[in-house]
Amino acid sequence: MTYLIYLLAFTGGFVIMSLELLGGRVLAPYFGSSIYVWGSIITVFMLSLSLGYLIGGRWSIRNPSLMRFGGIFIVGALLMYPLVSFAEPVMQWIFKSISDPRYGSLAASTFLFMAPTIILGMISPYSVRLLVVSIERSGQVAGRLYFVSTLGSALGTLITSFYFVLHFEINTILLMLTLALLSMSALAIMCDKFGWYGDAE
Amino acid sequence: MKRIFLKYCITMICFGAALPLSAKILHEERSLYSTIVVTQTGNTRCLQFDVRSEQRSQSCIDVRRPKQMVFSYTRMSITSVLFAEAPKNILVIGLGGGTLPTAFHALLPQARIDVVEIDPAVISVAKSFFNFQPTSNLIVHAQDARVWTKRALLGPTRYDIIVLDAFNGEYIPEHLMTQEYLTETKSLLTPTGVLLANTFTGSNLYHNESTTYAKVFGPFINFRIPESANRMIVAPNIKPTDTQLKARAAVWSDRLQPYGVPIVRFARLLTKQRREKPDWRQNARVLTDQYAPANLLQSGDE
Repeated sequence: MTYLIYLLAFTGGFVIMSLELLGGRVLAPYFGSSIYVWGSIITVFMLSLSLGYLIGGRWSIRNPSLMRFGGIFIVGALLMYPLVSFAEPVMQWIFKSISDPRYGSLAASTFLFMAPTIILGMISPYSVRLLVVSIERSGQVAGRLYFVSTLGSALGTLITSFYFVLHFEINTILLMLTLALLSMSALAIMCDKFGWYGDAE
Repeated sequence: MKRIFLKYCITMICFGAALPLSAKILHEERSLYSTIVVTQTGNTRCLQFDVRSEQRSQSCIDVRRPKQMVFSYTRMSITSVLFAEAPKNILVIGLGGGTLPTAFHALLPQARIDVVEIDPAVISVAKSFFNFQPTSNLIVHAQDARVWTKRALLGPTRYDIIVLDAFNGEYIPEHLMTQEYLTETKSLLTPTGVLLANTFTGSNLYHNESTTYAKVFGPFINFRIPESANRMIVAPNIKPTDTQLKARAAVWSDRLQPYGVPIVRFARLLTKQRREKPDWRQNARVLTDQYAPANLLQSGDE
């Protein structure tokens, strides 16, 4: 089970940063690609992740299970994929109502990226809950978990910016990220159902 | 590398090979978008956006003869007057030293000229070092061109001449090189308007950029002059006959003398080049908002 949770945390980290990078591309046609657009995106992602940590930690108190953990991934996927069709009309509407591109891009990032990122932020604390079995080991477990998920983030950043954008359309990449989240949740739920448990640390 | 080499060659042809040695730096500033350097070599004053590669001049003037256009692409851009007669509204994307809008303003004082430049620091440098003087008819907007264009589409003004020159060297704003952006820009043209774009040569991007423009504008003139590596895309909404082009060039010829624009020769080249077959890969992928790796394509050699 340990490896499975690390794998899921890795994928979560990967998807978060890949999505953040794509965010810049999504906003550029309406708000440009100036530093304030990146400022908006990063602000929204940081804020959403911080909220996600809070909510994920709170939610892990009662009845933590792989099943619920897999549920986080399904909800994340379901909130992310609609970007493919909703991003355009949402940005059009914001573009017409807010003329300053700084606040326009901030509003657009909030509308488009906040919900999926909050959900993805829940992954880390929930993973810690599933992995920790003793107080002495809790720091080590959290450390490994950050290591794995941040490594996923690094790879998500690199692969998206170096290779994905050179070969795929943004919507195709979003589809791939969605499928990655869904397959991770399927894996978690199957392990839960069929009792493929190993020993936790 | 090839592109850098070509740019180097162009610059060398412009200034002569010995000049870089005695270049004096008049002003240096790190702005939000680039490093701006103003240099002067003899009487040639240049605006550069990148200190690392010494000869990446964006815009130059001859301080004794400020009208004289030092760069080929500014001279080539002036050919727009052959396609749009008596233009009322002109749009220039990318200010640089302001040579082109200043020339348009002097040549067509009645026309309203809008310039869009993302970097406020470039605007102030153009004012203090390159005699760029906005007036009530020459207005500069410090904004991202994509955002500005989208907003302009909501207003009534349409342009007889649009010149796209927002690409200054190291980094290409990818959202300004997509099918969607060009479609938006095309919608800003009057039915008799013309669009000119200074584009990249010597890398893979040449092919993708060409197919993208062709997708939006249909067949365009691939304007090149022997003394420069620049390629100017000329996409007029109405195509004048060869005779018309040459006749208009003859009319403009004297007025363009002080600017160093050999308009009669340019017109001759245009009439020849409009019949040439495309020299780019027709199957190169069109750049879109969904697929816009312009910088990655640019860094790969042809």
